[in-house]
Amino acid sequence: MFKWSCRVTKAIGILVALVALASCQSYVDTTHPPALTVFAAASLQPPFDNIARQAKVDARFNYAGTQTLTAQLTPGAQADVFASADTAHMKTVQDAGLLTGPSKIFAHNRLEIAVEKGNPKGIHTLADLARPGLVVVLADPSVPAGKYAQQALAKAHVKVHPASLEPQVTGVLSKVSLGEADAGIVYVSDIVTSGKIDGVEVPDDDNVVADYSIASLSHRSAADQFIAFVLSSQGQAILVNAGFEKA
Amino acid sequence: MSEARIPAPLLALAGAGLLLFILPLAGLMLRAPWDQVGGALLAPETGTALGLSLFCSLTATAVALALGIPLALVLARTTGTLRSVLRALTTLPMVLPPVVGGVALLLAFGRRGLIGAPLHDAFGIQVPFTTAAAVIAETFVAMPFLVIAVEGGLRALDRRYEEAARALGASGWKVFLRVTLPLLRPAIFSGAVLCWARALGEFGATITFAGNLPGRTQTVPLAVYIALETRPQAAIVLSLILLAVSLAILIGLRDRWLGV
Amino acid sequence: MSLHADIAVRRNGFTLDLKLDVDPGETVAILGPNGAGKTTLLRALAGLVPLHGRVELDGDVLDDSATGRHVPTERRRVGLVFQDHVLFPHMSVLQNVAFGLKADATRSAREWLERAGLGEKADAMPRELSGGQAQRVALIRTLATRPRLLLLDEPLSALDVTIRAEVRRDLSRQLAGFEGVRILVTHDPLEAIALADRLVILEQGTVVQTGTPSGVTAQPRSRFVADLAGVNLLRGHAHHDHIELDGGAVIAAPDSGEGDVFAVIHPRAVALYLSRPEGTPRNVWRAKAEDLDLQGERVRVRLTGEVPLVAEVTPSAVRELRLDRGAEVWAAVKATEISVYRA
Repeated sequence: MFKWSCRVTKAIGILVALVALASCQSYVDTTHPPALTVFAAASLQPPFDNIARQAKVDARFNYAGTQTLTAQLTPGAQADVFASADTAHMKTVQDAGLLTGPSKIFAHNRLEIAVEKGNPKGIHTLADLARPGLVVVLADPSVPAGKYAQQALAKAHVKVHPASLEPQVTGVLSKVSLGEADAGIVYVSDIVTSGKIDGVEVPDDDNVVADYSIASLSHRSAADQFIAFVLSSQGQAILVNAGFEKA
Repeated sequence: MSEARIPAPLLALAGAGLLLFILPLAGLMLRAPWDQVGGALLAPETGTALGLSLFCSLTATAVALALGIPLALVLARTTGTLRSVLRALTTLPMVLPPVVGGVALLLAFGRRGLIGAPLHDAFGIQVPFTTAAAVIAETFVAMPFLVIAVEGGLRALDRRYEEAARALGASGWKVFLRVTLPLLRPAIFSGAVLCWARALGEFGATITFAGNLPGRTQTVPLAVYIALETRPQAAIVLSLILLAVSLAILIGLRDRWLGV
Repeated sequence: MSLHADIAVRRNGFTLDLKLDVDPGETVAILGPNGAGKTTLLRALAGLVPLHGRVELDGDVLDDSATGRHVPTERRRVGLVFQDHVLFPHMSVLQNVAFGLKADATRSAREWLERAGLGEKADAMPRELSGGQAQRVALIRTLATRPRLLLLDEPLSALDVTIRAEVRRDLSRQLAGFEGVRILVTHDPLEAIALADRLVILEQGTVVQTGTPSGVTAQPRSRFVADLAGVNLLRGHAHHDHIELDGGAVIAAPDSGEGDVFAVIHPRAVALYLSRPEGTPRNVWRAKAEDLDLQGERVRVRLTGEVPLVAEVTPSAVRELRLDRGAEVWAAVKATEISVYRA
C-alpha cells in the first residue's frame, strides 16, 4: 500500500537542509581574526559602524538586544568591548567580574512616539495612545526599550492596550512602517536611522532617558582605543548625528 | 533488526546523527531547574501560552488538512509545467526564512495588504495581532509538510482502486471519501504529524505577522524566547513542558490513527 | 444488449484503432501479444481514457466524439475486473461487494456471496483471502452491480496455475448467468477458448483476425495466432499448383488459385528423414535442427533452412534419427497436408 517514496524523503531532506541554512544568521570567520570584538546594543549599529570606519579599527560587531548580549557574555562569550543600552545590564556583567576597566556612560537616548509618515492619526501626546481603535505596538518589558516605554506611560498616567509586545525594537519599527500599527514607542535614534517613520516628541517630564554605557572586557589596547574614540568629540558627533544625545 | 548487517561507517554516521539530537536534549534535561517545574506548570502564564500553542497548532493542522489534501490531489493529478509551478509555490514556505514568510503574510493580509486592505476598509477587520493571524502564520509555514507527504502517498497509490470504485458506480466524492482518503491514511497521518510539529515550533512567521501578546498570540516558542532573555530557567522549564505535551499527544494520536 | 464500438485512442505514440461489435449474450475474448492495446481497449470502453469515435451500448451512446458526448465511468454501468482483484484493502469482503450496491446493499451483498459459496468469508478482510477467493469476490463485486457490459482484464493470469482451472470453472459458471455483453482480455489461448464464443485478435492496436476459436486457429492470419494454434504459418504468392514463398522457396500445393495466400502446415505433417526420401512427397527440403523441445508425448523440432518450420515427432523417431541440436535432416511435407487460404 502506501510507502514513503524515496523521492519525497530526499526532497524533504534537501528542503530541511535549506531551511537550516537559511536560518543560520551568522557564520564563523576563522580566516581573519579581527583586532577587536565589540558586543553592542542593536540600536548602536548605525553610529558604531560609522565609528569603526572613521577610527580605522578592524572590529567585528555583534549587535543584539542588550539582554541577549548579557546572556551571551555571562556564560563566557569572548569579547573586547561591551556597549550596553542601559546601566543595569552593564552592572550584571560587572558583577560577573568580566569588566577589565571602568564602565562609562557615553550617550543617552530618549523615547519618541513612532508614527506613520505624516502622522495620519494625529497623535501628539502619550495620552493619545490610549485612544480606542488605535493599534499600538510596544517593545516587550523584558527589553530595555519596552521597560522604558512602560515607565514613560506610567509617568504620564496613560493606560495602553498594546496589540503586541515585540521582543525587539525593530519589530515595533517594522509594524509601524508597514502600516499595521498606528503608533509605537521607540528610541529617537531608531526613528532617525529608520527614515521611514516620523517621530512625535515625548515631553521631558514623561520621558525616560536611557543611559548607554561602555566598558572593556579585555586588556587589549585596541579596546581602550575604541572606547576613547567613542568618547572623543568626533565619536560623539557621529552619535548625535544618529539621534543620540551627548554623554 | 533485519538480517542484513549495516556497514560500520553508516552505523558511525547514524550514531553521530543521533548524538546531534540527544546532546541538546540532555543539556535541556540536565540544566532544567526541576524544583521549579511544578511552580511553572501551575503558573497561569504557562497554561495560557501552552493552551494557545496547542489551540493554534491543532487548528493550523486542521486547516492544513482541509486545504492541503485537495491541494496534494491537484498536485499529484496534474502534469507538466503547471505542476512544477504549483509544486514550487506550495513548497516555497519550506525554504523561505519564516520571518520573510511573516513579512509576506503582512503584505497579503495586513491592513495595507493585497487582501487585508479591502477587508479592513469594508469590514474594519485587521488580521495581524489576532489569534487567527497566529493560526494563519502556522498554517502557512507548516502546510507544505502535509502537502508533500500526501502527494507522495497519492503517487504511490494504485490508481486502479479509484478506477474500480468508479466502475462500480461511485461518484467522484464517494471515491474520494470511501476509497482515496482511507487508503491515504498513513500518508495523511505522517503528513499531519510533521505539519503539527512544525506548527507547534513556529516562531519567526508568527512573531512577524501576529506579534506577541500573552493570551492572544504569544505561543510557547514566543514565550520561551522572551523568557530566555530575562528568566532563562523559566524558558527551559517551558521548553520541557512543551516537549512533554507534544510527545504525549503524538503517542496518543499514533495509537488511535495507526492502531490495528 | 449489444455493443458497437468504433474507436481510436492515441497514447504516447501508440494508436489503438478498431471496430468492435458484440452481440447480446456473446463473450468475446480479446487476444494479442503484450503491448497490443488490449488493456487500453478495456479502459477506453470503461470510459477511463479519452477516445475518438463512438461507443454504443444497449442503444445508449456512451461516447461520441462527433457530438462531444462522454458518459463518465460511474454512469456507464460497466463492470471492470482486473488482473489482480483490486479489492479495497480497508473494507471487508462484504463491504467490498456492497460498495457498488444502492438499496439494501449489505443484505444483497451477503446473498451474492452466499450464492457463490463465499458466505463464510463475508467478514474477512481481503488480505486474508487466497488469490482465487479474492478474484472470485472481485467478480461478484462487479456482477452484483448488474453491469450491462462486463470487462475482464486477464482475470486469471495473476493466479497460481494450480487454482486457475478452478477459478476458470467458477468464472465460466458466473458468466453463463450474466445477461450483458462480456469482453475478456487475455493472452492465454486456453482461457479464451474455454470462455469465449468469439476471438478477436489484436496486434499493434488493430484487429488482425476475428472469428470462432476453431475458425481462428484453423486459419491463422498472423504469426501470433499461428503460435497460439501451434502451427506453421507461411505466406506467399500462389500460382495454381505451387506457392512462391516470401523467402524465395517454392512449395507445391494443388488448387491454390492465383494471388497472395497463407499456407498452414501442422507440425505433425512435417516428416523428418536422414537421407532424401524417395517417392510421393513433392515438398522436400534440407533443414537443420535448431532446437528440440519435449512437449508431453511429442518432441517439437525447430528447423531452419530454405523453409523454416516446426516439426512434431515422437521420441522414438528422435532416437532413430539420432536427432540432436545442429543435426542435418530432410524435411518432407505432403502437398495434401498444406492448407491454403487467401491472405
